[in-house]
Amino acid sequence: MILRLAVVALAAFLTVPTAVVIAVSFNPTAILSFPPAGFSLRWYVNVLTYPQFQRAALNSLLVTGWAAALALPVGTLAALALERGRLRGRNLWAAALLSPLVVPGVAAGLGFLILAASLGLLRSRSVLIAAHVALVLPFVVRSVWVSVRHLDPAFERAAASLGATPWRVFRRVTLPLLRPGLFAGALFAVVVSVNEFVVSLFISNRVTEILPVAMFTYVVNYTDPTIAALSSLFILATFFLVWLADRYLGLGRVFLQH
Amino acid sequence: MDSLDLSIVEGEFLSLLGPSGCGKTTTLNLIAGFVEPSAGRILIDGEDVTGRPAYLRGLGVVFQSYALFPHLSVFENVAFGLRERRVSSAEVGRRVGEALELVRLDPVGRQRPAELSGGMQQRVALARALVYRPRVLLLDEPLAALDKKLREGMRDELRAIQRSVGITTVFVTHDQAEALGLSDRIAVMSRGRIDQLGSPREIYERPASRFVADFIGASTVLRGRAVARDVVAIAPGLTIRVAGGESFREGQEVELAIRPERVRLGRGPADCTAEARIEGLVYQGSMTEVSARLGDGQRILLFVTEPAPMSLTPGQIVHMHLPADAFMVLA
Repeated sequence: MILRLAVVALAAFLTVPTAVVIAVSFNPTAILSFPPAGFSLRWYVNVLTYPQFQRAALNSLLVTGWAAALALPVGTLAALALERGRLRGRNLWAAALLSPLVVPGVAAGLGFLILAASLGLLRSRSVLIAAHVALVLPFVVRSVWVSVRHLDPAFERAAASLGATPWRVFRRVTLPLLRPGLFAGALFAVVVSVNEFVVSLFISNRVTEILPVAMFTYVVNYTDPTIAALSSLFILATFFLVWLADRYLGLGRVFLQH
Repeated sequence: MDSLDLSIVEGEFLSLLGPSGCGKTTTLNLIAGFVEPSAGRILIDGEDVTGRPAYLRGLGVVFQSYALFPHLSVFENVAFGLRERRVSSAEVGRRVGEALELVRLDPVGRQRPAELSGGMQQRVALARALVYRPRVLLLDEPLAALDKKLREGMRDELRAIQRSVGITTVFVTHDQAEALGLSDRIAVMSRGRIDQLGSPREIYERPASRFVADFIGASTVLRGRAVARDVVAIAPGLTIRVAGGESFREGQEVELAIRPERVRLGRGPADCTAEARIEGLVYQGSMTEVSARLGDGQRILLFVTEPAPMSLTPGQIVHMHLPADAFMVLA
């Protein structure tokens, strides 16, 4: 009984803030008040028609798309090298690849800012993309690594004995069998990149800023429920992605294999 | 792996038999090209393939885990080797169908490996390894994952398929019954080297070492002392004239092995007969396993076919007849 209460309390603690945001997003009045005074979709209309959000959404799409597209192959090769390569100081390499997980965002942001300034790339989206690649890489490496570790080498030996060259073995056997890890890695990359804020704040401007940064800027200037509406859409999208992943890939398995 | 010298005759079924860790799978991996030898050479059809990668060796391999590709259908699993050889797709369809029929599976093969039973997966693995007509078939404990009944059925079928295709086969196993039943020749391995190489009958009836005598079938090893060139005294009243042209020094210690099924219960004192005290009885249906101790304390094992000619109880003194020609001299 006490255990059940504890679970309920914990679940409430974790979900109430989200619920509040969603409730507030339907508030007909222009203040962030709870409980909402009625029901309206005007802030959703505002989100979709506000030009800076449209631009930021496009930026997000570009940055996340590029970051995931680059991090996936790089992270996969890194995972293969970490598990299979004849590496000296394997643990050191692994730590270096996973380090963005523990470096504070402010420090990383500052580092990228200084780097971008000295390279004269402050106006370009490339530094933003590079930063996102670095930030999502640990997740990709981790996910793929788990899959690589659980790959029975007999499959690859079988393919080789059947006449497949190393490249063909990789294409026809290794890669398909790593698919769950690749999917999970790609999903993590997208979720992390789409929600990245601190580092992005340092190295973007009005033209290149991605959605979380645009949202922050908006909140600084206005206090209407528009931001609650956008947050709700964000939550919905992320939930959908994770649900999809769990449904088709068994995300639980990917985690529990550790 | 220690030094190992093994030549395999074309078309034969050769088993590498030994306990786990004896180097039999390593030997197989060396032949297949999955690992490279630190020294020595590997020849196939007189051609040196040492250092040649596995994909250029053209051998067929069946793995203990089958290693069927889970993301491909049964058909595509079997077709894999043909597609890598750029065989035309009409030809692929025909030959995959034939291979699946050879192992008595549905030639369409639309299912995924995971939907098949262990025995059927085994057949797919065999078809996949045979379809491109390799020069040599390597089998790594292919029956180990099956349950007993299925294993016996599969064993006979494997032998029949191997005979009909006529392919040189190297079979790795730790199961002596499999090796005895399937092989033309057996190489018994221990600690990275071949202890004995010979036909199943030779291995069973004339084990070259104590290890082989112990590992293949049950046997009792008895210690004796030579009293003449070919005569060994084992226990009080048990003096054996050994056949086979042995020549011992007088007083030399000699180890002899005897199979439990060759030991008989005797009716009374006679030649080659010793008294023994029964210590344990294990009833096994068709026979009873009797362990007994000779007068000098050496243990001896015998199998008494049921129904037993007399009632046996622990502690009882019996006469055991150990025919001289049943003894095997261990090196």
